[in-house]
Amino acid sequence: MPSNKSVSDAPIVQFTNCRILRDHQLQREDLWVREGKILNPEKLFFDEKGSADVQLDCKDSIIAPGFIDVQINGGFGVDFSLATDDFKSGIDLVSQKILSHGVTSFCPTLVTSPPSVYHQILPQISVRNGGAHGAGILGAHLEGPFISKEKKGAHPEHCLRTFETGAFQDLLATYGSLNCVQIVTLAPEMRRSSEVIQELTKRGICVSLGHSVANLSQAEEAVQHGATFITHLFNAMLPFHHRDPGIVGLLTSDKIPAGRRVFYGMISDGIHTNPAALRIAHRAHPKGLVLVTDAIAGMGLAPGRHTLGQQVVEIDGLNTYIAGTKTLSGSVATMDTCVRHFQEATGCSVETALEAASLHPAQLLGIEHKKGTLNYDSDADFLMLNDSLYVQATYIAGEEVWRQDVSGM
Amino acid sequence: MKLIILENYSQASEWAAKYIRNRIVQFGPGPGRFFTLGLPTGLPRDHPESYHSFMWNNFFKHIDISPENVHILDGNAPDLQAECDAFEEKIKAAGGIELFVGGIGPDGHIAFNEPGSSLVSRTRVKTLAMDTILANARFFDGDLSKVPTMALTVGVGTVMDAREVMILITGAHKAFALYKAIEDGVNHMWTVSAFQQHPNTVFVCDEDATLELKVKTVKYFKGLMLVHNKLVEPLYSMKEMGVERSQAKKPYSD
Repeated sequence: MPSNKSVSDAPIVQFTNCRILRDHQLQREDLWVREGKILNPEKLFFDEKGSADVQLDCKDSIIAPGFIDVQINGGFGVDFSLATDDFKSGIDLVSQKILSHGVTSFCPTLVTSPPSVYHQILPQISVRNGGAHGAGILGAHLEGPFISKEKKGAHPEHCLRTFETGAFQDLLATYGSLNCVQIVTLAPEMRRSSEVIQELTKRGICVSLGHSVANLSQAEEAVQHGATFITHLFNAMLPFHHRDPGIVGLLTSDKIPAGRRVFYGMISDGIHTNPAALRIAHRAHPKGLVLVTDAIAGMGLAPGRHTLGQQVVEIDGLNTYIAGTKTLSGSVATMDTCVRHFQEATGCSVETALEAASLHPAQLLGIEHKKGTLNYDSDADFLMLNDSLYVQATYIAGEEVWRQDVSGM
Repeated sequence: MKLIILENYSQASEWAAKYIRNRIVQFGPGPGRFFTLGLPTGLPRDHPESYHSFMWNNFFKHIDISPENVHILDGNAPDLQAECDAFEEKIKAAGGIELFVGGIGPDGHIAFNEPGSSLVSRTRVKTLAMDTILANARFFDGDLSKVPTMALTVGVGTVMDAREVMILITGAHKAFALYKAIEDGVNHMWTVSAFQQHPNTVFVCDEDATLELKVKTVKYFKGLMLVHNKLVEPLYSMKEMGVERSQAKKPYSD
């Protein structure tokens, strides 16, 4: 039946025979989409007297909001911290390839680099909507260089910096521009970090704590000044200690300002964090858990040597180390693998696992009114998954942008 | 009157559904019209307890009805009486109601025709009785102040004009109302009793709802179930409509 033309000429698609993730539960409901947004069928029915133009049978799939990866350093041979001539085509390639992992929006992440690299690369990253060309870019995640020497992990020591002289001005000079920056990871124990955190927060940039030896009170102070995220919990920070829980203690801290929530990234590839530690974090603060891949250039490629910014890393199975060492450096797990592993390791519900990769990152970035949910009027970025949480199809703005090839793979 | 007694809520619902299905198929697929009976005023259209939401979630979204064929009284219309009058006109224009399906309140009301409503009333605005407000409080988190106090409703007379009336009554809390409706006299304090004067009424209920009836009444109608069940078996379908329609007359009448 044709839609009522008085409100919109655009076709209305009704996805039937599916279970959609809404209000934290899988519900047997149809999903209605028009003009790239989720449509309210009741309003359509009563106010517009409209109905669907196209009905698609989803064969009992699960429909979940598209995954949002807020920490991804590259993939498929592309390294976001390497200033190459064809950087733009590199980012395009990754954004297109990760559609098959269920990622519909992401934050390309740059590891600690010299200022020249930031000045060259950042102007080439622009916030843009996703589509058939690839996942949407929400903005860059700058992980470093204002981090601790003791917890640099795979970041190159010679590029680490402080901002004790000029605080925010130092930071701005290092990065060159903050136009398309969404997240900055820094170590809060550094002198004048409070000013920097406040200034970044004022500009709507999410401040994340990581690669740091901060104790709990330093971390709490940072949160009070505006920090809202923890970069890959447990990794590159002081371990939990019962008399000073350090950054990990933020999960249960009582000094978080009212109405705010601290989110924390977890790389649930089975390597960066022991499943028992993953469970402890999840049980302590389930609503703050954000799944990230922290994927590096080698993700999606064969084992062997690849670059990560200024370093060379070696991939062996799911393990990635700085070449010749046992220092972990990023991961090669895909987002959907992380979701599945998270669900298995914690025994949590399917809904919880899916929300950790969609709703929570959207809440972290303050965009849950249009991303990360299947609520009415949200962007229609969603996935069709089977019961084992394998992605069967990816949709952005209501258009199918990837489908599992039935014959192979 | 036919009194159909089933064992429990699900069976009563299923019998009623089958009956309605058969009646729809017999009626023919022509311009089918649906009129919903009663609507509280003062609730926004998309309030989860509005009749629009109720009908959408429980009925319309599960079927392929065309929205133009849905007529629900709009409790937010600027001129409520005009809205009611227009509703009556629409019913007339559609050729009258073929089958009216409704329930009864614990105070024996049909639609929102509260005790004291005229038995020849038409669609209008009614103030709700305290009994009804209490009964509906559960949809508003038990907060009495949130329950609407007025409603638009079809009148008793409007329903009496329907060619057939089906009333569904389940649960022990409705038992007294059912007794008043069918074993006592016609009385405007128990407006459902008006249907004693309707040529074609079906009451579908469960065992609990019969608790206030005379054993004799219950036994009589249970004894008729063999005959009454012929109304739901065979189940007609639109595809076989051509063949069955000629045999679709009711096997007997009251």
